[in-house]
Amino acid sequence: MYSAIVFLPLIGFLIAGAIALFAHPTAPDGAAALSGHGHDAHGHGSHGHASHGHASHGHASHGHDDHGHGHGHAADDHGHGHDDHHPSAPGSRAAELVTSSLMVVAALLSWVAFVSVGLGTGEAVRVPLFAWIQSGTLSVDWAIRVDTLTAVMLVVVNSVSALVHIYSTGYMSHDPHRPRFFAYLSLFTFAMLMLVTSDNLLQMFFGWEGVGVASYLLIGFWFQKPSANAAAIKAFVVNRVGDFGFALGIFGVYVLFNSIEFTTIFANAQAMVGHKLHFLNGNVDALTVICLLLFMGAMGKSAQFLLHTWLPDAMEGPTPVSALIHAATMVTAGVFMVARLSPLFELAPTALAVVTFIGATTAFFAATVGLVQNDIKRVIAYSTCSQLGYMFAALGVGAYSAGVFHLFTHAFFKALLFLGAGSVIHAVSGEQDIRRMGGLKEHIPLTYSMMVIGTLALTGFGVPFSQVGFAGFNSKDAIIESAFMGHGVFATYAFMLLVIAALFTSFYSWRLIFMTFWGAPRAPKEVMDHVHESPRSMTVPLMILAFGAVFAGMLFTGLFNGYGHGWEAIKGHYDAFWKGALFTGPENRMIEETHNAPLLVKASPFIAMVIGFVTAYWFYVVDPSRPGAVAAQNPGLYKFLLNKWYFDELYDFLFVRPAKWLGRFLWKEGDGRVIDGLGPDGVSARVVDLTQQVVRLQTGYLYHYAFVMMIGIAALVTYMMLGGSH
Amino acid sequence: MSGWPLLSIVTFLPLVGVFFVAIVGGEDAVAKNRIRMTALVTTVFTFLVSLLILARFDTANPGFQLTEKAAWIGGYFNYAMGVDGISVLFVILTTFLMPFCILASWDSVDRRVKEYMIAFLVLETLMIGVFTATDLMLFYVFFEAGLIPMFIIIGVWGGPRRVYASFKFFLYTLLGSILMLVAMVAMYWQAGTADIPTLLGHKFPAGMQTWLWLAFFASFAVKMPMWPVHTWLPDAHVEAPTAGSVILAGILLKMGGYGFLRFSLPMFPLASDHFAPLVFTLSVVAIIYTSLVALMQEDIKKLIAYSSVAHMGFVTMGIFSGNMQGIQGGIFQMISHGFVSAALFLCVGVVYDRMHTREIAAYGGLVNRMPWYAVAFLIFTMANVGLPGTSGFVGEFLTLIGAFQANTWVAFFATTGVILSAGYALWLYRKVVFGALEKSSLAGMLDLDRREKAILYPLVAVTILYGVWPAPILNTIAASTSALVVKYQAAIEAVTKTAALTH
Repeated sequence: MYSAIVFLPLIGFLIAGAIALFAHPTAPDGAAALSGHGHDAHGHGSHGHASHGHASHGHASHGHDDHGHGHGHAADDHGHGHDDHHPSAPGSRAAELVTSSLMVVAALLSWVAFVSVGLGTGEAVRVPLFAWIQSGTLSVDWAIRVDTLTAVMLVVVNSVSALVHIYSTGYMSHDPHRPRFFAYLSLFTFAMLMLVTSDNLLQMFFGWEGVGVASYLLIGFWFQKPSANAAAIKAFVVNRVGDFGFALGIFGVYVLFNSIEFTTIFANAQAMVGHKLHFLNGNVDALTVICLLLFMGAMGKSAQFLLHTWLPDAMEGPTPVSALIHAATMVTAGVFMVARLSPLFELAPTALAVVTFIGATTAFFAATVGLVQNDIKRVIAYSTCSQLGYMFAALGVGAYSAGVFHLFTHAFFKALLFLGAGSVIHAVSGEQDIRRMGGLKEHIPLTYSMMVIGTLALTGFGVPFSQVGFAGFNSKDAIIESAFMGHGVFATYAFMLLVIAALFTSFYSWRLIFMTFWGAPRAPKEVMDHVHESPRSMTVPLMILAFGAVFAGMLFTGLFNGYGHGWEAIKGHYDAFWKGALFTGPENRMIEETHNAPLLVKASPFIAMVIGFVTAYWFYVVDPSRPGAVAAQNPGLYKFLLNKWYFDELYDFLFVRPAKWLGRFLWKEGDGRVIDGLGPDGVSARVVDLTQQVVRLQTGYLYHYAFVMMIGIAALVTYMMLGGSH
Repeated sequence: MSGWPLLSIVTFLPLVGVFFVAIVGGEDAVAKNRIRMTALVTTVFTFLVSLLILARFDTANPGFQLTEKAAWIGGYFNYAMGVDGISVLFVILTTFLMPFCILASWDSVDRRVKEYMIAFLVLETLMIGVFTATDLMLFYVFFEAGLIPMFIIIGVWGGPRRVYASFKFFLYTLLGSILMLVAMVAMYWQAGTADIPTLLGHKFPAGMQTWLWLAFFASFAVKMPMWPVHTWLPDAHVEAPTAGSVILAGILLKMGGYGFLRFSLPMFPLASDHFAPLVFTLSVVAIIYTSLVALMQEDIKKLIAYSSVAHMGFVTMGIFSGNMQGIQGGIFQMISHGFVSAALFLCVGVVYDRMHTREIAAYGGLVNRMPWYAVAFLIFTMANVGLPGTSGFVGEFLTLIGAFQANTWVAFFATTGVILSAGYALWLYRKVVFGALEKSSLAGMLDLDRREKAILYPLVAVTILYGVWPAPILNTIAASTSALVVKYQAAIEAVTKTAALTH
């Protein structure tokens, strides 16, 4: 069963990929291809892209895919009539059916696995496949390891992936490259599954880089758009900066444990406490440095502060991709990694403090930037970044289950928000700027209600001091309480930033709702005339996710975080579920201590949420001139936030430009002037001076060379014959 | 047929092909095709026969196998051949790549076809000879003579600056080979034999090791090429015809690494240990320096050439880390780079044959017209970047983990290579393949034809196969590598102990 869960998406990828290649809509020869490309028609379904590769690329104003299509098909988007206007690759339907149904099967099997592993009593399952790399004492297998943590991830990954596949059948229905799209989605899912089912660090690295490539391909899916290509490369390269640390961490683990298999590492971790590792210039605490290096990988993948710059740009990809990869699954890989390696991190308090610090800082930083963004997808992207920070903050204070639980609930409501945003974009002909929306709630009521549910879940709406609330209410509040009760040096810092971030989260989320759905329409009339609800293939996945966004918190909080009264009961239930998949040291009693947080602390996220909501309501409903006035009063701060704290500019100045300058300098000056100048060119110039003739190669140097070699051989032979007799 | 001198047969089979090519008369298209077909059949047949070597090779035996010996040059030297785990795969790599070279030249070379094919077949014999020779003299002959056909290939069928490129190569190589020759004389004088297996057991005095090591280093570092003697490579690649680049990147670059493993490490262990920091430094500089330079290239072939130098940096770093992972990784990296870089140059050849330019700026949006090409190129690009699941990853990872054990600074700096390689490789891919098809010159581009598919698909297959399942390669080289590591470490330890005793 576990093999099926992992490899069904791979099969889907191979089938869809084959369809994509064999049925590629090749551009026609010559002039037709060139003229077909320049279209700027705001498609009404008939604008001559028929034979050209990409319907979307003529649209300079926005980066959306299928806004160009006909507008009379609100109810059933699978209309076959549209194919007349946008003939897609033959086999598109087959590709999406195959990949989607395989994903649905994998998702159902994942829930079976979750029930049998999480709720059952069995040990972790390990299915060895075959040996990968064996060199000396280094031995790495391809294997599938399923314990409770993996089962949780399987459910998250496959459920969201299946829903995104189905949603995409509607959302992408007018893209001529659907087989390729579905192939990439399935490839991504496969890589992600390899990551979460790994039983060693190297297979995890395989999945890690695999999802990176899939992400690269999907961000750059509309490969004719320069901005999409740039974003794709940026995502890959910034992730590689993180992987630089990850790789060094793996080396360190191998040197320390003589193995990179989880079972061996975890069994010996306790014995390595206090061991020193010679790293760079000093003897440093081995576990601390290893954990920090590995965490660097997590920072890249999960877009944490300093390595976050790729995530907002990644929104260049189609919206379903943002939902699946850049919200629900791939970006949580870093959280998964730290949770998976909790037996190491738990023993490295310094590393945990850094995790807390980075997590809390990210949560705060991204929330501040989210306050002022105007692109609907970017607002949600910064929100994702911020929520990932919450998860790390929880891990950092030792509340692993709280972090993983937030990962779990976040997957539902954030995928919901993204797919809902996709539905909005779909409705308003590809517009993504919320300043040009407004007044949509009457036109697309279903999407509106789904977005509101997502927002309630994200902002943590619920009944204070109870467990009744939307998903985020249970999971986020648990994190804030853990931060307050945490013992690390940055716990209080984290608590304060997380509460402020909760306020900001509430503000920007409701701002998004109000600006998009409330008030008077700000879109042009022809856009408003065409506003339509999305087809059922898109709304049904929304409703399923909404169900999760409402109930996942209430249903699962006890399971994930333990329940009952007193340490024994809570710990008993906790262990019954996790079965050691999350390691906590004997002093770590976070799961119980969070229950003892003062009432004011427990109420703090709720209060923050209400303040954020009220402010947003005031700013964007009661007095819409306020935001402009506030921005005008604080121009510096506003620009600072709008420009995302100037990180892109800073990195461009610090890294990109110097690297380019250095590259050119080393090439022209280093290779050209110094090495060649002193070496071959200098020598050759002298030789040419001497001979004063241009020697043709065949008659010149070659024979010289052969001659020298022959002389050499002759000299050697002579020497041997004369002197070799001794 | 177990009594047959299999290694000699494989080595000299291409010369039989030369004979058949030479007797084809006429200058017309029919004759040219007959020549091409003869060369193709010869190389394919040689490859198939070379597989017999693998079949008869015992991976558990660390020593030389399939050995042959005959007195030569009045008994002072021997014609001695043999392969061990370190060399056997290079023989296969050579015979494997040759048919691709012939196929890649099928349409693009139309001038002096007969001479061209003869040059390639002679080159094949000489290259195989380098890896099978177990006598100093024989090795030297193959090692140096192999450059002659390469010169001819670049110089006759090369680009506009071919004379400059060949001359540059000539100058570099000349210095190295003279020093190596002197060192070989000295070794013969000291040990009284030119037999490599015997020399491997000989202990050279520590002081002498230093000089011998340096002399060999001069030759191998140029071949590798290591920074700062790498500048001949980009020029040679740029001027060479596609098949020439394939051989240059695929096989000739590996001779340096092979030399380090065959001579420097086992015969001069003390000097190798002594100079390891130097090699580490040069390797790390090569990785970072050439990656940065690659980032700024405007010529596709130059970019790949610089990336080759960076990848060879991983090899030298791994070899001189002196442990199992480092050396196995170094060999694996050489094999993998053999077909990945060959494939990349073949990919360049595909578009060069259509457009006759290597300017990156002349391309863009090829995926619109050439999806199959785009997929193949993407896979090789990812292998070049060292993506896990491709063969490029295994060698890079093993060399790095080997280096980490030897010196964390080295691993630290070398690992930055994974960031930079992603930068230049993806940038190249984006500029050439992605984007809109805007240039009218590209509008008529056709996707891979049957011949090109036959060239690229097998390489795609091995790139992924050995990335997921590197065991066949790693198992073949394990025993010999292990013996080498044990011997190397023992030699170093012995000296440390003596030093401790005398104090």
